[in-house]
Amino acid sequence: MKTTMVTEELIVNMGPQHPSTHGVLYLELKLNGEIITDCRPHIGYLHRSIEKIAENRSLVQFVPFTDRLDYLASMNDNLGFCLAAEKLLQLEAPARAQYLRVIVAELNRIASHLLAISTFAQDLGAYATPLFFAMRDRQKVVQIFDELCGQRLTYNYIRIGGVAGDLTPDIARTINEFVLYFRKMINDYDDLLTHNIIFKVRSKGIGIISKEFALDYAVTGPSLRASGVKWDVRKDEPYLVYDKFDFDVPVGANGDAWDRYSVRIQEMRESLRIIEQAMGAIPEGDPVAKVNKVFRPSGEVYMRTESPRGDLGFYIVGTGDVFPYRLKIRTPSFSNIAALPALIKGLNVSDAVCALGSLDIVMGEIDR
Amino acid sequence: MTPFLMEMAWLVLKGVMALTFIAVSAMFLIWLERKVSARIQNRVGPMITGFHGALQSVADTVKLLLKENIVPTGADFWVWWLAPFFVAVPAIMVFVCMPFGPSAIVCDLNVGILFMCSVTSVSVLGIFMAGWGSSNKYSLLGGMRSAAQIISYEVPLLLSILVVVMEAGTLSMQGIVHAQEAGWFFLKPNLLVAFIIYIISATAEVNRVPFDIPEAESELVAGYHTEYSGMKFAMFFVAEYTNFFIIAGIAATLFLGGWLGPLAPSPVWFLLKAYGIIFFLMWVRWTLPRLRMDQMMSFAWKGLTPVALLNVLVTGWLLVIKG
Amino acid sequence: MDLAALVQELQASIPGAVIESLPTGVVIKKEDAAKAFSLLKNELSFESLQCLTAVDRKETIEVVYHVYSFTHRLMATLKVVLPMDDLNVASVTGLWSSADWFEREVYDLFGVRFEGHPDLRRILNPDGWTDHPLRKDFKGAGVVPKPVK
Repeated sequence: MKTTMVTEELIVNMGPQHPSTHGVLYLELKLNGEIITDCRPHIGYLHRSIEKIAENRSLVQFVPFTDRLDYLASMNDNLGFCLAAEKLLQLEAPARAQYLRVIVAELNRIASHLLAISTFAQDLGAYATPLFFAMRDRQKVVQIFDELCGQRLTYNYIRIGGVAGDLTPDIARTINEFVLYFRKMINDYDDLLTHNIIFKVRSKGIGIISKEFALDYAVTGPSLRASGVKWDVRKDEPYLVYDKFDFDVPVGANGDAWDRYSVRIQEMRESLRIIEQAMGAIPEGDPVAKVNKVFRPSGEVYMRTESPRGDLGFYIVGTGDVFPYRLKIRTPSFSNIAALPALIKGLNVSDAVCALGSLDIVMGEIDR
Repeated sequence: MTPFLMEMAWLVLKGVMALTFIAVSAMFLIWLERKVSARIQNRVGPMITGFHGALQSVADTVKLLLKENIVPTGADFWVWWLAPFFVAVPAIMVFVCMPFGPSAIVCDLNVGILFMCSVTSVSVLGIFMAGWGSSNKYSLLGGMRSAAQIISYEVPLLLSILVVVMEAGTLSMQGIVHAQEAGWFFLKPNLLVAFIIYIISATAEVNRVPFDIPEAESELVAGYHTEYSGMKFAMFFVAEYTNFFIIAGIAATLFLGGWLGPLAPSPVWFLLKAYGIIFFLMWVRWTLPRLRMDQMMSFAWKGLTPVALLNVLVTGWLLVIKG
Repeated sequence: MDLAALVQELQASIPGAVIESLPTGVVIKKEDAAKAFSLLKNELSFESLQCLTAVDRKETIEVVYHVYSFTHRLMATLKVVLPMDDLNVASVTGLWSSADWFEREVYDLFGVRFEGHPDLRRILNPDGWTDHPLRKDFKGAGVVPKPVK
């Protein structure tokens, strides 16, 4: 006897409230059994129209808004915007400020990567332990920022023309201690995750981003480097004083989730090297240049910097008014998450969570 | 009073003692898990309620008892309503044959271990009912995964228990303990292999990391018990920790000599061994990530089952040689 | 290859396509946009569309493309100017997949229609929204703060 079984695709709404969508991301998944046949991401739940707000704020007033883009790496967003604004206004920050900017940007990169790898491990089912380890070490970075500018999350530390507070000997000592401490601590993450066989079999070969795919989708940052493209804005279009430091750009071989994880671990080591060199060479002087408080920008500029998630670009158009005429923020997470549907088609739900976690997205900068 | 009635009363008393133990043990285990995980994660865990948070589980129980029992719209009511019982009752029934000491056992059935294995297998029905009845896609996926997983790991689990039964020559739990008076079973190489297989499969049986796939939090929110609240949820929770104690208790009895041990009274030895295994499994849970469904299945069928089968063969051969 | 060479190449291959030369790029005639981008992608190895956005100039809307060539390590800014009464431009999703979401965003916030886009829906605003908030004539409900003196 012949029977026909009627099957239908299961549509699962993953998010906007879900433990592993890293914020308010809503994925509409079509499942055949547990295999994803189609994925439609819906974003915009965190849309605060920051680009429209920028048209009604002077450049100086806008700096705090950049904190709210990528709230896990606010220093890097401050930096990206201030560099773009300075390029437009043809200003340059004093040498001491440049070094301080490098130091805080790299410290923030470490803090951000810590959360990236630990939430990734959490997505793979390592219950909270890597997360608490990462939080413990991130706390030390946040403490440094707290002493430096009085804030733990939204720093507003890097300003147009310099930085908001000077480095005191106390903070300098804390930073040096942190570098020594964390260099040892990275080995703990290696023990807990890198050399963990379950972690490896779960993430190797999952969500492969090939070189062509990455360029096609404008995937940047660690995700691009994991696919073997040696591209780092700090190295290839040096800004600040990055060309004075000796550091490597780690690249992966296969572009899978494990490579993205491993690139982040290695980048933390490189960041420590940069901080160490910068701390040794930091010049005396004023941390902030004597600049006007009101700017009337004209012309246009596109400036990109290397944020922990990839190329962060600010496109500012000025028409001689106090307010910028148009300000576009090209955020790395936006481009990286756009590649997700193509990335997870044909995987099962567990692997999709793994691929999503390894992209390290922040909804604040996707929705803006 | 007739001897029959006396015996019945004695049985009932022992049963009540076992039930009390289950309730206290589950609450203690929940507290222990929170403390152990906290220590592993540089935290302190619950500290406010009672000495080092010892009464936290009591407070949680009271809270869960008072909570509203929410029935999801579109749930298959009876299936949904009965599911927690199908999970909790077998877990309690297993304690009938759990040997805490030479006489501290509710009833030493002559098919003890067989009874335990068959009764625990019923709980998969309850889990699947919960997944099916909840009218929630995550629950359904969790229930399906759970059914596949538990049935798969039942095979190596039973094969590893079979080795013990062959070695001891009896199915009675007390008989197995007595057979170890000459030396605990896990000291023999073939039984050590069986012990390792048992621990791995038992971890999968109770859905713990690295096999917590049915309730994979980052994928399925909470799996089959997503839609349960209040006392219904508490029943799942208590059943989970009771099952956790059961697998540790069986492992202690089958491989580590049960209540055998010098000086201290026998129940102390039994609990010490069981909690040792529990501590080890907690340690594993808070350290390792989770496997993927297909990896876990292929590990069961291509890895554990052949090794367990081979182990049965080798044990039989060794027994024949010894005569 | 530098920017001057790029402009030369564009002028040679598609006569009349380049309307104006900018410090960082060129303005391209709307009708030739599709051809110019295809040339950039397929022959001049601009592998990646890093950013796509628009600027409302009140009478016109400029669509701004930032394309980057990893081969030449060169960033080029290309602009296509659209008159307000005809906000249509050829989609580049066929050339660069990253354009998919960028174009949806520009459609959502400016109302520019990209011809040939496979799935032109709103992305940041709700589906039922009718306005295009980043246009200069958009009247928001909130209070617009006064300029700094």
